[in-house]
Amino acid sequence: MSNLVTMLGIEKRFPGVHALKAACLELQTGEVHALMGENGAGKSTLMKILSGVYSKDAGLVKLMGSDIEFKNPRAAQEAGICIIHQELSLMNDLTVAQNIFIGREPRLSFGRLDEAALNNGAIEIFKLMNLAIDPRAIVGSLTIAKQQMVEIAKALSYRSNVLVMDEPTAALNDTEIADLFIIIEKLKKEGVGIIYISHKMDELKQIADRVTVMRDGETIGTVDAQTTSTDDIISMMVGRELINEAVNIPDLSDAPIVLEVQKLCRGREIRDVSFNLKKGEILGFAGLMGAGRTEVARAIFGADKLDSGTIKVHGETVSIKSPTDAVEVGIGYLSEDRKHFGIATGMDVRANIAMASLKRFTSKLGVLDETAMQDVASEYIEKLDIRTPSDRQELRFLSGGNQQKVVIGKWLLRNSEVLIFDEPTRGIDVGAKAEIYKLLNQLAELGRSIIVISSELPEVIRLSHRIAVMCEGRVTGILPGGISSQKEIMSLATRRSD
Amino acid sequence: MSDASISETSSFIRRLADTGAHQKLLAFASLILLLVGFSIASPNFMQTSNMLAILQATSVNGVLAVAATLVIITGGIDLSVGTLMTFTAVMTGVVLTNLGAPLPFGILTAVLMGALCGACSGTLVAKMKIPPFIATLGMMLILKGLSLVISGTRPIYFNDTPGYDLISRGSIIGHFFPSLPIPNGVLILFIVAITASYVLSRTVLGRYCFALGSNEESMRLSGVNTDRWKIAIYALAGGIVGIGGLLISSRLNSAQPALGLGYELEAIAAVVIGGTSLSGGRGTVLGTVIGALIMAVLTNGLRVLSVAQEWQTVVTGLIIIAAVYADMLRRNRTA
Ligand SMILES: Nc1ncnc2c1ncn2[C@@H]1O[C@H](COP(=O)(O)OP(=O)(O)OP(=O)(O)O)[C@@H](O)[C@H]1O
Ligand SMILES: [Mg+2]
Repeated sequence: MSNLVTMLGIEKRFPGVHALKAACLELQTGEVHALMGENGAGKSTLMKILSGVYSKDAGLVKLMGSDIEFKNPRAAQEAGICIIHQELSLMNDLTVAQNIFIGREPRLSFGRLDEAALNNGAIEIFKLMNLAIDPRAIVGSLTIAKQQMVEIAKALSYRSNVLVMDEPTAALNDTEIADLFIIIEKLKKEGVGIIYISHKMDELKQIADRVTVMRDGETIGTVDAQTTSTDDIISMMVGRELINEAVNIPDLSDAPIVLEVQKLCRGREIRDVSFNLKKGEILGFAGLMGAGRTEVARAIFGADKLDSGTIKVHGETVSIKSPTDAVEVGIGYLSEDRKHFGIATGMDVRANIAMASLKRFTSKLGVLDETAMQDVASEYIEKLDIRTPSDRQELRFLSGGNQQKVVIGKWLLRNSEVLIFDEPTRGIDVGAKAEIYKLLNQLAELGRSIIVISSELPEVIRLSHRIAVMCEGRVTGILPGGISSQKEIMSLATRRSD
Repeated sequence: MSDASISETSSFIRRLADTGAHQKLLAFASLILLLVGFSIASPNFMQTSNMLAILQATSVNGVLAVAATLVIITGGIDLSVGTLMTFTAVMTGVVLTNLGAPLPFGILTAVLMGALCGACSGTLVAKMKIPPFIATLGMMLILKGLSLVISGTRPIYFNDTPGYDLISRGSIIGHFFPSLPIPNGVLILFIVAITASYVLSRTVLGRYCFALGSNEESMRLSGVNTDRWKIAIYALAGGIVGIGGLLISSRLNSAQPALGLGYELEAIAAVVIGGTSLSGGRGTVLGTVIGALIMAVLTNGLRVLSVAQEWQTVVTGLIIIAAVYADMLRRNRTA
């Protein structure tokens, strides 16, 4: 094995943020090198410097012994470095194959495109990945998981020596992750160096050779992934001990029912879904990708139309035709795709937190009370430990995990009685995850009713007082929380109707 | 059905809808409906001479709209097509009439001047990061002013260039098929449209047009030199506008420096009626040509029915809103 990439003393400043402070990283050929750290630690920034997206302020990058400085992503690609970005960055209006080969289209004479070669190229890569995706499908019509697989296919098609994966599995289910790991093993044997960013600890043990941990823009250290304990790695990341709170399921037998959903139907996606939610209860929704959990949440929130079914709040039938109606009766929804639905990336933290509660900050003449907004924003920044230089920072400059915390803050402020969290910890580090769990429990104790949709079974089991399992648009069972096993849930989640 | 086959079929259905076939069909059906409606309302409408007048009236707006389509698919907008058309006509007048150069030089001047000005707009947008609306608004005024300055605010006539008026008004097709006296202007529109359509669907330039409108950042991160391609697309659009400049000046047998303002909005209207999304990433040239035809048929038909000019404008406005609304309804259903 030899040194493929060496990054030394990398500095990077953004307006108001010292994102990287003398960060270091070393990657060898044929190695899977995990890069871990809390939200905002600087992982993505370091990788963007390696792949030519950002330029560094100071420091040294070496590729196979020689100094390099990339002006743009293309230069990095030509040197054999390729990155899968954390945020999905595909062109939704183009087909799968067109996306994979963007910038490298097979051409005939006069700049004409060789569409057949393009599609065949995509099919070949998918074969390698053991995937069946139609290369002619429009990317925007695919599920998030499939889009992620397309991103991975695109990266593989470059056949580079260095492959950076920034949270590639955040949207994937277990089988898809297993397939990805097989591909990673294969690449490793071919001598490709892989930098792998993830917040999922178990993945680390499965594929990583070494781990580099970052905290607040600094490299804390590099350790062997197999021999170092998970707890040690976590404490390197957070610089403090984490206490795992035991599940504590309250007795809710006398609690009133806040939300009751009866026989919801919507096409093939939602079939005859009924359940109820009590005051102070956390109801988990488990199931595979595409089981219809998000669809149910969106329908209750009025984002999609229902074919039939009734929704009752406090025993009274309500008519929810739009998110405005839903918010009015006290329902809040945190989308799984926060970039598109949850946040205004161009607005600052303050405005985003106040977004759903502007009425509170508006005087009779319609003027906004900025001071009050600032106070509240500061309160939530502290409460949720949002890493931002100030409440005036635009959301697009925050790391993914911190953006998620802002959305949570927004609905907490709105004081919604029923909160629907769709994948609340996707892309969020262990430290912040524990905080969010604690927060959800506190909210429940305060009498809020919470629905949590999560694809991570340990998370559902740990958080929920009851667990509703869905499969193909139906609720196939409701289990007690805490004591249910992953096996029980999986068997319900795969109980096909035919 | 299994999970996979359900999603396969649904993605197939979406793809059908996504090709824009729907919107083109809708626009086409409206066109037929208008034609049938007007011919029932007035016996004069369906006469060959009137049909030829409609086609002739479509040619200039059609060519400009094709140019605007390219820019709009990239997620931009071009407000300068109208005055750029005039500018290229004036420059052609300078070369042919004032300098006395032979006809081919005039044609070359129009196309090259158009491409050059397009490249300027493109550079403002791509390199200097000026929003397309502002950059082309600036260009629109600059070109209007330059046309007036260069021409001395007087029309330049092409009387010394025999055959110049034939560019638009002659009929090569009529020469071979006397029963089909389709003017050259219309022929040129169709050649431009077919070429542009081919470029959009089959070439790298076309691919990047859609990619730019769909997600420019992602394209940049994939290592494509987005700036250069954007400039190229604006230049191509400018070149096409130059052809529009030839058509209009040939039809009037003169370059009218005061003309041009307002043409850009008609071009954009045709693009929108044709189903191209103003937010970029989707659109077709065929749709745009149908859109331009709809506008010409409407104007002509209302005139044949002696509806006042003022009301014609109102109806055009309503049609634009209805077209976009129909498109959104369709999209919501398939989304
Ligand atoms: N373009 C930018 N402008 C300003 N600040 C930025 C920009 N990009 C990142 N930052 C800031 O730099 C710091 C590091 O962010 P980075 O995205 O690298 O974190 P991360 O480790 O990838 O976090 P996560 O796990 O949440 O993805 C954060 O404080 C972030 O707010
Ligand atoms: Mg990141």
